[in-house]
Amino acid sequence: MSTASNAPSRWAPLLLSLPSLALFSLMVLLPLALTALLSFQQYDADLGVKGGFTFASYAHVLGDSYYYEIFFRTGWVAALTTLLCVLIGAPEAYILSRMGSPWRSIFLLVILSPLLVSLVVRAFGWSLLLGPNGIVNQVFGWLGIGPVRMLYTPIAVVIAMVHVMLPFMVVPVWTSLQRLDPMVENAALSLNASRFTVLRRIVLPQITPGLLSGSLIVFGLSVSVFAIPGLLGGRRLKMVATVIYDEYLHELNWPLGAAVALVLLLSNLVVMLTYNAMLESAYKKRMG
Amino acid sequence: MSFLILEGVSKYYGDFGALIDMNLQVERGEFISLLGPSGCGKTTTLQAIAGLLDVTRGRIQLDGRDITHLPVNRRGLGIVFQSYALFPHMTVAQNVSFGLEMRKLPKHERDERIAQMLKLVHLDSMAERYPRELSGGQRQRVAIARALVISPPVLLLDEPLSNLDAKLREEMQFELRRIQRKVGTTTIMVTHDQAEALSISDRVVVMEAGRATQVDVPYRLYEHPKTEFISGFVGKTNLLPGRVARSGGACEVVLAQGQRVVVNGGEFADGAAVTVCLRPEKLFFTEVRTETRADALEGRISERFFLGSQWLYRVSTALGELEVSCANDGSAPREEQSTVHLAWAQDVARLVAPKAAA
Repeated sequence: MSTASNAPSRWAPLLLSLPSLALFSLMVLLPLALTALLSFQQYDADLGVKGGFTFASYAHVLGDSYYYEIFFRTGWVAALTTLLCVLIGAPEAYILSRMGSPWRSIFLLVILSPLLVSLVVRAFGWSLLLGPNGIVNQVFGWLGIGPVRMLYTPIAVVIAMVHVMLPFMVVPVWTSLQRLDPMVENAALSLNASRFTVLRRIVLPQITPGLLSGSLIVFGLSVSVFAIPGLLGGRRLKMVATVIYDEYLHELNWPLGAAVALVLLLSNLVVMLTYNAMLESAYKKRMG
Repeated sequence: MSFLILEGVSKYYGDFGALIDMNLQVERGEFISLLGPSGCGKTTTLQAIAGLLDVTRGRIQLDGRDITHLPVNRRGLGIVFQSYALFPHMTVAQNVSFGLEMRKLPKHERDERIAQMLKLVHLDSMAERYPRELSGGQRQRVAIARALVISPPVLLLDEPLSNLDAKLREEMQFELRRIQRKVGTTTIMVTHDQAEALSISDRVVVMEAGRATQVDVPYRLYEHPKTEFISGFVGKTNLLPGRVARSGGACEVVLAQGQRVVVNGGEFADGAAVTVCLRPEKLFFTEVRTETRADALEGRISERFFLGSQWLYRVSTALGELEVSCANDGSAPREEQSTVHLAWAQDVARLVAPKAAA
């Protein structure tokens, strides 16, 4: 046997990644392709999906201001959720990284706990809290603030989404904080910087990659989340995910549902790529 | 009055004394090294001066002002950290600029001082580089420039050379001394490397278990160590336990096997347990036992090591294994297993208290 046989064959990488490639194709690419095909099929209100090839569903989505409104609402709710997650998650991660030994693990668990409870259960929990006779409104009543309508408004959706998405922000930020040399903060202090200046000019720029990836995850998930707007937004406050659900299961207009889903996928992709390109170019040179 | 004064500074963690009753007076422009093994309290001392920890007791005065409880960002001292702690997201120039910006210096003045400082540390061509694009030695010089540019009253160096390889470390030692001489900043350096401490400082503070055991100029520290620990930690030494037989100007000591040696000085009473310290380079070979070399000691060379500029021999004698070093003057070295006679001048041996009693 020649010694060359010890060297990995050029097919080895492909062979090794084949199982995961097959799984990925079967579970993600194939359904996606089927959805894409479906979106171009014809639909008749009496006969259902008829096959053929048409842009009718896309024309319907892009030609109706109703859908623009829903896409816009979904966009700003997701953006607001992302912003709130940054504002709450970044300080949370910083405090977490400064905690002592037993507390850090305890609070990390507390932060991750939303992931342990089913999304539907959590959404119902929030609807109990935020309802007209819920605890929040009872407290408002004692404080003399009239009952505030929160359930079935974007407020409830945003509150519940922030709660769900926070771990996806805290974890990447916390990871980038772990890589910080704690002496760097002391170095800045020794050069007469105030605590606030240290945070703004030393810590913040270094955790930007964490904030960036956290924002991308949170935004991406928020745009397509279904259970929260479905349960806390009610029947009237529609978001894209709930519209897709309605088209598929109530209207039975599968091509239209598929078209909305693909438009959501593409616009989500565009937003994320633009955001990534914008911020990354600003920090790539610095952080390497 | 001294420029920097530490008065009974102590730091306790519960019952554990990391730093116990530290007293130190530093003159303006002095280069002081804090030397000791890890956990001896040298870094704690530095952090106390820097304001990175709260001292349990004691007072720290800088230029007549009590700074004991001043927070780190109001002390204005220059600190070079062991990890250098450069700002990774800023260029070399921005790193150096940071302290000046905090002092609200106008831009043109800042640029001028940054250029000046980078020139001093030979990094003028690296101003636009990021720390990750620099070598270890360059990063270290950025850290020094960043600390010195604010013209601090005191420069604190925490094991500044420990992350560099041996050759670079030696170069940086002299570089550090050159820079310090040029700017004249009072400097305190923490190190566990005795050669580094001896070669670049004006005075060395040897620390052991949270206490300063000797504060002296390097030469005196080496030649007149106060304790057995210092004698062993600063340079190599042969330690011979014994007991004082007759005290006085020339003290006679009876060693373990009953041999008698005469050692100059020493304030030990008759019968006191002592340790005789003999530096390897102070021992020499002598061919025959003569009247003037009555104390010549017979031995056999058990091992020899070639160290380039010198030979190190391990010699088995009646007093135990002794290390002897001889300059490599080009003559043929002695063979292993050969029989030799050792001698030393009476005034090179030192007496210290044995470890247990200290």
